[in-house]
Amino acid sequence: MSTAAVAPGVRSVSWLPRNQVLPVLVLAAVLAAASCGFVALAPNRLMSGTPVMLWPAAGAGWCAALAAMAAALAALGFAPARRATNALAAVIAGAALFATLAAAGAAAAAPAASASATATVSLGAGFWVIAGCAALALVDALRRAEASAPVQLAVAALAVAGFFAMAEAGRFDALSLAREYMSRREIFAAAVLRHVELVVAAILPALAIGVPLGLLALRRKRVEAPLFAVLNLLQTVPSIALFGLLIAPLSALGRAVPALGALGVGGVGPAPAIIALILYALLPVARNTLAGIGGVAPAAVDAARGMGMTPAQIFRRVEVPLALPVLLAGLRIVTVQAIGLAVVAALIGAGGLGTFVFDGLGQYATDLVLLGALPAIAMALAVDFLLRLATAGLSRHLAA
Amino acid sequence: MIEIACVSKAYDGRAVVSDLSLDVPRGAFCVLLGPSGCGKSTTLRMINRLVPFDAGAIRVGGEDVTRVAPEALRRRIGYAIQSTGLFPHWRVADNIATVPRLLGWPENRVAARVDELLALLRLDPATYRGKYPHQLSGGEQQRVGVARALAADPDVLLMDEPFGAVDPITRDALQEELLRIHRETQKTIVFVTHDIEEALRLATVIAIMEAGRLVQLGSPLDMLENPASDFVREFVGVTGIGLKLLAVRRVAERMRPGEAMEGEPIAADATLAEAMAEMVARRVGWLPVRGPDGAAGVITLADLVR
Repeated sequence: MSTAAVAPGVRSVSWLPRNQVLPVLVLAAVLAAASCGFVALAPNRLMSGTPVMLWPAAGAGWCAALAAMAAALAALGFAPARRATNALAAVIAGAALFATLAAAGAAAAAPAASASATATVSLGAGFWVIAGCAALALVDALRRAEASAPVQLAVAALAVAGFFAMAEAGRFDALSLAREYMSRREIFAAAVLRHVELVVAAILPALAIGVPLGLLALRRKRVEAPLFAVLNLLQTVPSIALFGLLIAPLSALGRAVPALGALGVGGVGPAPAIIALILYALLPVARNTLAGIGGVAPAAVDAARGMGMTPAQIFRRVEVPLALPVLLAGLRIVTVQAIGLAVVAALIGAGGLGTFVFDGLGQYATDLVLLGALPAIAMALAVDFLLRLATAGLSRHLAA
Repeated sequence: MIEIACVSKAYDGRAVVSDLSLDVPRGAFCVLLGPSGCGKSTTLRMINRLVPFDAGAIRVGGEDVTRVAPEALRRRIGYAIQSTGLFPHWRVADNIATVPRLLGWPENRVAARVDELLALLRLDPATYRGKYPHQLSGGEQQRVGVARALAADPDVLLMDEPFGAVDPITRDALQEELLRIHRETQKTIVFVTHDIEEALRLATVIAIMEAGRLVQLGSPLDMLENPASDFVREFVGVTGIGLKLLAVRRVAERMRPGEAMEGEPIAADATLAEAMAEMVARRVGWLPVRGPDGAAGVITLADLVR
C-alpha cells in the first residue's frame, strides 16, 4: 500500500517492506535487547540494581522463542498486505507480548536472582522497550486488519485475561513489582477503588455543570468569550498549585459550617481534590458541548423546527444524537485527564493510586512508583480504548 | 387558503419584507420568485412562524397563525428545504414518520403511510424504508424530503428551494414528480426559487419580489407577456424570451382540432417547446396531437409562432 502511490519522478522501490512499521519495531526491540538491561538485580529494594541483558537473564529457551517471533514479524512486513497477513502479525505480536512478560517472570525466578531473601529483580529498560514494541505491533496489526469493534474488544479481553492468568499462576511472583504489590495487597484494592471514586465524583458534577455552560455559550453568544476566558485560565493553573490554593478556603469552610466539615469538607482530603478535578474538567466538557451541539447541521435543526418539534424534542431527538461523537470525545478527554490528575491528588491526602507513587518517590523505590503509575495508566488506556470504540461506532453510523 | 395581509418584517431596523399582501387560493402552486435577499424565504418562513413577523396578519385555512401554538401550526403544514434537512441518524422510514409520530399516530398507521409515500415518490418501499440518508443519492434524498413534508397529509406545503442543490437532470425529474403530485393531491404549495425556468414550469401563479416588496403577481404567461416593470422584464430575461414563451404555452392552445394525420402523436398538454423539439428531432414541420379525451388534431411549425 505504501509503495502503491508514488510521487512523480520518484521510482517505486520494490525492496522496501510493504509494512514498514513491523521491521522498525522489531529492529528497535532487537537493539534494546542487545544494549539495555532486561532486568536489574539489586541486593535490596532501596539500592539501584545492576542491569542484566535478556540472554543471561531469561535463558536460552525464552531468547530463542522471542528471536523466532521477531524474525517472523520482520518477515511479515515484506509479505503482501492481505488481511490474513495482518491477522497473523497480530497473533504473533500478542504471543510476543506474553512471551516478554513470561521471560521477565522467568528472569526474576532464576537462581542467580533469588540468591538472597532481600535481593530484588526490577524491570529494566530492555523489558519496557521490547514489551512496548510488541504491544505497538499488535495495535498496528489490528488496525491494518481493520478489526471490527467486537474483535478489538475480544483481543483486549484476551490480553487482560492472559495477564491475570499469568499473575494468578505465580509467573511474576519473583519480580519486585509483584512483591511490592504483595506487601500492599490489602490497601491496593482500596487505593484503586478510591482512585475510581475520585474520578467518578469529579466527572459527574463536571458534566452536570459543564454541559449547561456549553449550551449557555451556544445560545447566548455574549457569554461565550468571558466564560471560556475563565475556563482557560483555570486550565493553566498547575495542578499542585490549584490543590494548594483550595486548602485555605476549604478548611475555612469546613470550620465555619460544621455540617460540611462532618461530610469531609476540609483543606486536605478528597474534597479539594474533587473540586480541582471538576474545575479542570469544565473546559473540555463545555468546549466539546459547544462544538458538538453547535456543529449539528443547521438544515437538520431547521427541518426539525419546521416540522413542529418543540425545542426540547429538537435537543433530545436531533441535537444530542448528532453531537454524540463529539460529546463522547469530550468525555474521553476529561476522564483520561482526571485519571492522571487524580494521581497528584494524593499529595493533599486524597488517597488513590498516587499514594503509592509519592510513597515510592519518598523511599526512592521505583517499583513502588510503578505500582501506583501502571494501574493508573492501564485505567486511562482502558477508558480511552472503550470510549474510542463507542465514538467510532457512532461516527460510522452517522457518516454523512 | 393562505392569506398574507400587509405583513412587514425588519431585522435590526432593516426592512426585509415590507407591507406584503398575497392570497394563495386553495390548490394553487404559488412560486415566490426573486433574486437572493429579496425576502422570499423570509416570507415563506413567516407562514409557519419560523420567522416572527412585526406587523400585519397571516391566515392559513382562515385561521390566524398567531392564535395557534407554533408547533401545532407547523405539524399541519408540510415543510421541505434545500439541503433536505434529513436526519442522518434516522432511517428513511423514521425520517418520513417524523410528523405522524409527533402527532401520535398509531405505529401501524405510520408504517402504512410511509410505504404509501415512498410509492408516491417512486421509491420502492422494501428497498428504501431501512436505508440511512447517506446511502441515498442527492435526488433520492430530495424525494424522501418531499415524502416527509407530505407525511401527515397537510393541506399546505411550504418548499424553500427544495431542488436547489441537485444536478439539472435530477432536478428535471423531481420537478416532473412534484407537478404530478400536485395534480394528484391538489395541495396548496408555496415554493421559493430564484430560478425563472423552474418557476415558469411549476407555477400556476408566480409572485415576483424585489427588496421585500411584491412587484408582480400573475400566471407564468403574464410574467413573460406583460412584465409590470423593468425589473420584472430584466429578471424574467430579455434574451430567450421566445423560447420561454414556448416553454409555458401548451400544444392544446395552438392545435388545429379535428384535423388528423399519420405518425406518433404528441400529448395536447405538452408544451410548445416540447412540440418544437419533437419536430426538430423528426425533421418534420407538423405533428399529430392526441387530446386527453381522445380528441385529436394537428400542430404545425407555423402554429408555434402564430
